[in-house]
Amino acid sequence: MIQEGIVRHGIGRLVSLIPTLLMLITIAFFLIRVAPGGPFDSEKPLPPEIRANLDAKYHLDEPLVQQYFRYLGQILVLDFGPSYQYKDWTVNELIARGFPVSLTIGGLAMVLAFVFGTSIGIAAALRQNSAVDYGAMGFAMLGISIPNFVIAPALILLFAVYAGWLPAGGWDWSVQRMILPVVTLALPVIAYIARLTRGSMIEVLHSNYIRTARAKGLPMSQIIRRHALKPALLPVISYMGPATAGLITGSVIIERIYSIPGLGSYFVTGALNRDYTLVMGVVIFYGVVIILLNFIVDLLYAWLNPRIRYDEAS
Amino acid sequence: MIPTRLYRHAKGLAAALIAALVLGACGGDENGEGAERSHRPVPVEEVLVDGRPDPGVLAEEQFLVRGNGEEPQTLDPHLAEGVPSSHILRDLFEGLATEAPDGHIIPGAAQRWNISADGLVYTFYLRRDGAWSNGDALVAEDFVFSIRRSADPATASNYATMLYPIVNAREVLAGALPPEELGVTSLDRFTLQITLTDPTPYFLNLLAHSSLYPVHRPSLEQYGDRFSRPGNLVSNGAFMLEDWAIRAYIDLVKNPYYHGADEVILEQVRYLPIEDQSTELKTFRAGEMHWTYDVPNNQFGWLRENYPDELVVSPWLGSYFFGFNTQREPFIDSPDLRRALTLAIDREVLTEKVTQFGELPSFNLVPAGVTDYEQSIPEYAAWTQEEREAEAQRLYAQAGYTAEQPLRIEIRYNTSENHKKVALAIASMWKQVLGAVATLVNEEWKVFLQNRDQQVVTQVFRAGWIGDYNDPYSFLSLFETNHGLNDYGYSNSTVDTLLEEIAKERIPGRRRRMMQETERIILEDQPILPVYTYVTRRLVDARLRGWQDNVMDHHYSRSMYLLKARDTSKPARASEEGE
Amino acid sequence: MQLPPKETLLAMAATETADDDPFAAALAQEPVRGRSLWSDAWHRLLKNRAAVTSGVIMIVMVLMVIFGPMLSEWSGDYTDWDHTAAPPSLETGHWFGTDAVGRDIFVRTLEGGRISLLVGVVATLVSLIIGVSYGAIAGYYGGSTDKLMMRIVDIIYALPFMFFVILLMVVFGRNILLIFVAIGAVNWLDMARIVRGQTLGLKNTEYVEAARACGVGHWAIIRRHIVPNLIGVVMVYVTLTIPQVILVESFLSFLGLGVQEPMSSWGALVNDGAQDMESAPWTLAFPAAFLTITLYCFNYIGDGMRDALDPKDKS
Repeated sequence: MIQEGIVRHGIGRLVSLIPTLLMLITIAFFLIRVAPGGPFDSEKPLPPEIRANLDAKYHLDEPLVQQYFRYLGQILVLDFGPSYQYKDWTVNELIARGFPVSLTIGGLAMVLAFVFGTSIGIAAALRQNSAVDYGAMGFAMLGISIPNFVIAPALILLFAVYAGWLPAGGWDWSVQRMILPVVTLALPVIAYIARLTRGSMIEVLHSNYIRTARAKGLPMSQIIRRHALKPALLPVISYMGPATAGLITGSVIIERIYSIPGLGSYFVTGALNRDYTLVMGVVIFYGVVIILLNFIVDLLYAWLNPRIRYDEAS
Repeated sequence: MIPTRLYRHAKGLAAALIAALVLGACGGDENGEGAERSHRPVPVEEVLVDGRPDPGVLAEEQFLVRGNGEEPQTLDPHLAEGVPSSHILRDLFEGLATEAPDGHIIPGAAQRWNISADGLVYTFYLRRDGAWSNGDALVAEDFVFSIRRSADPATASNYATMLYPIVNAREVLAGALPPEELGVTSLDRFTLQITLTDPTPYFLNLLAHSSLYPVHRPSLEQYGDRFSRPGNLVSNGAFMLEDWAIRAYIDLVKNPYYHGADEVILEQVRYLPIEDQSTELKTFRAGEMHWTYDVPNNQFGWLRENYPDELVVSPWLGSYFFGFNTQREPFIDSPDLRRALTLAIDREVLTEKVTQFGELPSFNLVPAGVTDYEQSIPEYAAWTQEEREAEAQRLYAQAGYTAEQPLRIEIRYNTSENHKKVALAIASMWKQVLGAVATLVNEEWKVFLQNRDQQVVTQVFRAGWIGDYNDPYSFLSLFETNHGLNDYGYSNSTVDTLLEEIAKERIPGRRRRMMQETERIILEDQPILPVYTYVTRRLVDARLRGWQDNVMDHHYSRSMYLLKARDTSKPARASEEGE
Repeated sequence: MQLPPKETLLAMAATETADDDPFAAALAQEPVRGRSLWSDAWHRLLKNRAAVTSGVIMIVMVLMVIFGPMLSEWSGDYTDWDHTAAPPSLETGHWFGTDAVGRDIFVRTLEGGRISLLVGVVATLVSLIIGVSYGAIAGYYGGSTDKLMMRIVDIIYALPFMFFVILLMVVFGRNILLIFVAIGAVNWLDMARIVRGQTLGLKNTEYVEAARACGVGHWAIIRRHIVPNLIGVVMVYVTLTIPQVILVESFLSFLGLGVQEPMSSWGALVNDGAQDMESAPWTLAFPAAFLTITLYCFNYIGDGMRDALDPKDKS
């Protein structure tokens, strides 16, 4: 029964991908075209004949609707087209090279955040309203109260410039270059996860079955591991879906300050440079990632919470 | 138990991070200084033999790391635009002529050339030992092919305007004539002839530009759009493409077939696209690069104090000014009002306190440093600031503005820390000297460009120009009525006529005088508000030699080399950087 | 691209429909004793030292940003050429020092605070209005209406929010109103989900059914019975959303798409200061302190309110 529900739910999710993506593509396509200026406007304006050459080369001289359908046709064969800004590369290549970087940093940050966030949260919940609680949560809050663009340069200054332990930035897939970006990226997420865990853990600990378990004299560590952890992680799991999507598609701030060739900057530079194809490519990619992750979260959820059944609308 | 154990770790991490942040916020100067100085390499004394460095003083690893602003748009020389691309292309390719470290034109792929008496026909004699990085010989036909490709509408090169002086270039670009009609022919295997429409005294300067670089025909035909990838790209410069990790680094290695390979000392050059200037500075300070692209805006004082030997500031061939939209009130037919606004700016304060990097206060259009030219400087440049302000107030009042009815205008600029500061300073000076009320409008780049171009909403806007080539014409021609960049709505038939004549004039003295006259008229009409002459500013590792300041800011890695660090007990971190 | 962090409640909202949420249950079961519920909550809140302290600090903060600039002899847009990038000093009257063009950091920090707080509050209200109405309608009508409306929310969720904000800023220029609307118009999704979950629980309660049986119209029921019972969760949400919105604004400032000069915000000031954290640490330290304190306070107040409103959590 449950299995079947999940399968049907999964198919539903995948089917919902199509209208979502279509809407995403349509909005993004026309919105970026509304923005003033075009990809080939630069400080040195092009003579009309050269401009015409460029427009013709990229089909920008066609009516917008025709371009839209041309684009949809390309998407069907998974061809995002050439980038206007990075002329030597196609958008497919840019995503193919940028995504692994963002995935690595974001994935590691999520793991780090999950481990530290839940630990801090559980520790705080176990000693609710004690100094430990206030200290841990106060620290966790630091992560969401200081913007990343302050923390990142401060960390570089300390660990790269003063101490000389780590590189200041850049990317070559070496572990040293990942440490600071991963930590910076994880800090706010640690904070959120810690707060979520604390809240739900306190709730779970007050529930009757945990009280029963306690009354039976089971050791606390065992109670937590066997009985409290799973339900307490539910809200964390549903937070992690969109959060992971955000992390693994890259962060503009982290990429700019640590000089990392991830996917996040393409949203911004693509939009600012009117690199239509690049923007569309990353937007669509992002949409797919977030939908897939939400699906995964649903599955995890069902595993953690057998009470949920997907054959009902909820 | 797991959570508790992790929790203990968490506490340790928390303590470390809090300490880190506290230190970062307040520990700054005192803590950093001592620790940091140790990894600032000091070079050994340079020993030159016949103008070349003695091998004994050279660092063992000749691996140069250069900051390069942002990711280059392309490594196809004919599609390239933007400074980051051109820096790399100068190392990868070599035009018929090239530039010496001080910026003057020297023979490149061509060993020598003749110019016909009427200044229209250039005959180039290529080096017999010229070669591509795969060993193929570099011949005149390569240049014919390349220049035609550059002009071909199918290539859609956006710097093809550089080819305009060549016969039929405009027609070819417009698609009216086939590329074969371009005035470029090979007389024999090593002789190339280029014919021009008008004598263009700066034509040799253009030869060092990427739109006239040769491209390797066989690899272009084999790889098509992918010919500029590592492994595919065949070039003829001192270096060749080794690796390209998008937005991470571009590695070049020495080209063994380069005609001057014996004199190239560097083995490898890495370009890092670091967009954030603060990050670039930190990367330099951490000893991970030798040559920065720029430095952070507000830190001149700090840099001069902490990096006096590394900080290099030198004049650049560029003018920073603001433009008036003369097609829109209040600036229609009001040169006096524009003059008042120009005079009210205290350029000394602006360059010393705001921009800070030794920019030269400027009252005219063509920057100092242009070869063979004497600028037209208006007389008020010699006045004291008090005199200028008094005159500004007089003209302002004369235009009918008072304290009760002040001038209200918008200053438009594109998003940038420096533009913001200058615009703020100018608005503040207008307010303090004239009582004029200026509102700042910060626009994103493409929006700004479009607004400037349409001349509908703009009043005063950030402008400026970096010369494409070392000649005043690059600046003056912007003020031609129909020029694409004439965003001022400026039109003066005398200026148009003069510009037309300048393009045809061959006698240097007369040409110079005509250009001075043009500049004088433009300044008299006041479509712009000159502010300062740009400088280039960067940090350069003290061990790096073989480069010189030049107004074009063209620095070829082929002449550079790294000296040994003096103190061998502390290993120089930068040279270990190659992992 | 990094998502604006989703808050606790959103995650909880997802569980609430499945799990019986204590808070909703409490509200639902005890509608008649609403008054005592509120006063209980208020007493619990007053016992929460962190929340009370934060509340006091925020009151002081609001008074400071409103009246503080009057204390200084400097105005926020005056460029003092004799003291550019000057450290804090009592003599010059630049108590927090000056920035690179000689503007007083004290005044600018407080004036920037006005903008940051305003953006935080107004954008949150925008998301509140859209979110509450949308969520209440979806939850109340249920069935296929609910399905459709929530599917739309799902779709919008998959749109990269920051990309749209950037494009909006680009298309319409740097308008402060637009910042409110843009941020608010995106944040309402969370609100809608939470409110829908709550409404689903509420609509089957006896008193709502009673009202319906008496022939009270749908709108009247939503207005009189559903929305008032959502106030608790909405207040918590609001308090926790304001700091997020302030951070989103600071992110826009980082991209250079924040408020127009000479106006400023804490985000813009902190971003400027972060560039010069070594050469002029005061340009970072003061605005960052104000920003951080404010974010802390809002979070503590929000947490405190949630704890206070959750009767199971007394311990």
